[in-house]
Amino acid sequence: MVVSTLESSHPLDKYLRTARLPHIWCPGCGLGIALGSIMRAIDKRIKEGTLKKENLVFVTGIGCSARTSFYVNFDAAHTLHGRAIAFATGAKLAKPELEVIVIGGDGDIAGIGGNHLLHAAKRNMDLIVLMITNFVYAMTGGQVAPTTPLGLYTTTTPHGNPEPPLNVVKVVSSLNANYVARASVTHPALVEQYVYKALGMRGFRFIEILSTCPEIFGRHIGMRDPFTLYSTLRSKVIVKQSPSIEESDLDWGKGFVIGEYLVRDNPGYLDRIGRGLK
Amino acid sequence: MRKSFISGNIAIAEGAITAGMRFFAGYPITPASDIMEYLAERLPEIGGVVTQFEDEIASINAVVGASWAGVKSMTATSGPGFSLMLEALGLAVITETPLVVVDVMRAGPSTGVPTKTSQSDVMQVRYGAHGDYVIPVFAPWSAQEAYDLTIKAFNVAESLRTPVILLSDAVIAHLWESVLLAEPGEVEVINRKKPSSPPDEYLPYKPDNDLVPPMATFGEGYNVIVESLIHDERGFYRQDREAYRNLVKRIVNKVLSRVDSLFEVEAYYGDDYKYLLVSFGSTARSALAAARILRKSGIKASLLRLKTLSPLKLETLRKYCDEAEKIFVVENNMGKLVHDVERAAENDKVISLPLLDLEIPEPKDIVEGVRKWL
Ligand SMILES: Cc1ncc(C[n+]2csc(CCOP(=O)(O)OP(=O)(O)O)c2C)c(N)n1
Ligand code: SF4
Repeated sequence: MVVSTLESSHPLDKYLRTARLPHIWCPGCGLGIALGSIMRAIDKRIKEGTLKKENLVFVTGIGCSARTSFYVNFDAAHTLHGRAIAFATGAKLAKPELEVIVIGGDGDIAGIGGNHLLHAAKRNMDLIVLMITNFVYAMTGGQVAPTTPLGLYTTTTPHGNPEPPLNVVKVVSSLNANYVARASVTHPALVEQYVYKALGMRGFRFIEILSTCPEIFGRHIGMRDPFTLYSTLRSKVIVKQSPSIEESDLDWGKGFVIGEYLVRDNPGYLDRIGRGLK
Repeated sequence: MRKSFISGNIAIAEGAITAGMRFFAGYPITPASDIMEYLAERLPEIGGVVTQFEDEIASINAVVGASWAGVKSMTATSGPGFSLMLEALGLAVITETPLVVVDVMRAGPSTGVPTKTSQSDVMQVRYGAHGDYVIPVFAPWSAQEAYDLTIKAFNVAESLRTPVILLSDAVIAHLWESVLLAEPGEVEVINRKKPSSPPDEYLPYKPDNDLVPPMATFGEGYNVIVESLIHDERGFYRQDREAYRNLVKRIVNKVLSRVDSLFEVEAYYGDDYKYLLVSFGSTARSALAAARILRKSGIKASLLRLKTLSPLKLETLRKYCDEAEKIFVVENNMGKLVHDVERAAENDKVISLPLLDLEIPEPKDIVEGVRKWL
């Protein structure tokens, strides 16, 4: 019997470094869904002529989420844990025509990199920051993260996490960002929609993307099966058109409100130093 | 050339501008702050950017990012800030990012005496970051040399794709002298080499025969990979010994193989001497005065001044040391460079003169230190 070569190309392959596949992510990990949605938003922008592929730069720190920079077929930087925003700021200031996207875990972006996040938002720095919240330090094997629920077992809080989670959406909203949204891999179309929108804006744009880490977070909460974790998260996500910051807490009990928390068009940092493009 | 009466810190800023630096990121710290203040005034006028960041960690990471966006970039700090920059210095090493870091030394450890001088960062600037690497370190002793060595630092950074350290101190920083500044075209300015291959054939970490890979930067269509992990010529992460050795040996050897052009010394009263003073930076000014005083009283002393603290050419040091009966290593710390001189000379000839002063050391202290051994 003649077996034909498996036709495995995908419409988004042109944006991926296919030579680096398969990726390192665990089966059932939410990161692939996040990356796919981000790529679809980029594809739409490139196709409609509002984004040039060669101007796109992906900057990441270190972590499972940060590994996205391995797989994208754009200019990509896999830098230091926590420092992606600082690196990205330098690149954007030096060459304003670049569209610089930072992707990282919540530890990377809001833990070790928290000060850079605050100041980039305070500056309304012309960057897009996509923070993947998987509620745990995944790459290093399951330690407590800024977004870990109160009381939860992690490998470094074996008696239960004594700290309530950090609501990064609320923190960034209190600063001078132009765009703050929360999305979830359980609703990929919204991830795509928000990233698409952010790509057409100036200033600081922040999207928190809730994601599933069945391998580690799932194990911590007794939902090692990817489908169970995914459907549980999905059941807790509440989609709102214009949610208020007051309902933005990361609360596994009351559920996670996703939506666009803040949309405005203030001058970005580059405008303020006379190097703006838009 | 035009003559200008400026401080050592301003000379560094002007040297960077002459070399083509157009992005500066920094965080205020005495005695380096006025480099940023001066550039904040000057750089935007010539199309550059100066941003004060939230800390030194952000500053150096922004400088790495800006260099990858194709712009010559620099930061300046002092000991405490340099300590914070070490992780990203390693990032610049492994990603082969051209940039210059200025360390204007002050007294430590810790916050120390912020306004007073020191030479105690000799080890941290050369060896502070984790991992194996060698990076060039230049140490000026005058405002003119601060200007000249800053230009050299950029030229070396660009031609070797490496971070380069300019090691100054609080004395050089705020000493005012006449400096000859170059007009465009009057000094050599080197830019990183660009790839000649098309994007689909370009391997971002494949070196030419000179061990240095051509550098495509962001926005040029090359889909570059900036990789902090050990990587192969494609920039892909590798955890095998072969790739590890290839990369680390190459980034070390690309610097070491240039030691002849990188290592610079200057000898004073060098024709006929019995006692050799070895020094660098502002302390070398006092050491020169001490050598002069000693010679006047009939003691044949000379000075060897190191302009380069890394990489060192031990053969050159040895040549000077062999001629001497005793070698005095004069430095404003507890004795750091002395370890290198000991490697170059016969051990029992080398005497450490650690001055641990807060001002520029007085020549008489050096003279006394030498006399004790005669
Ligand atoms: C300076 C430094 N400290 C610690 C680490 C180890 N480390 C790597 S990834 C990581 C945390 C990962 O968690 P997160 O950023 O939330 O990303 P995730 O893996 O969950 O996607 C840590 C602590 C490091 N690489 N560098
Ligand atoms: S450890 Fe978790 S976040 Fe990391 S790849 Fe596996 S499932 Fe995904």
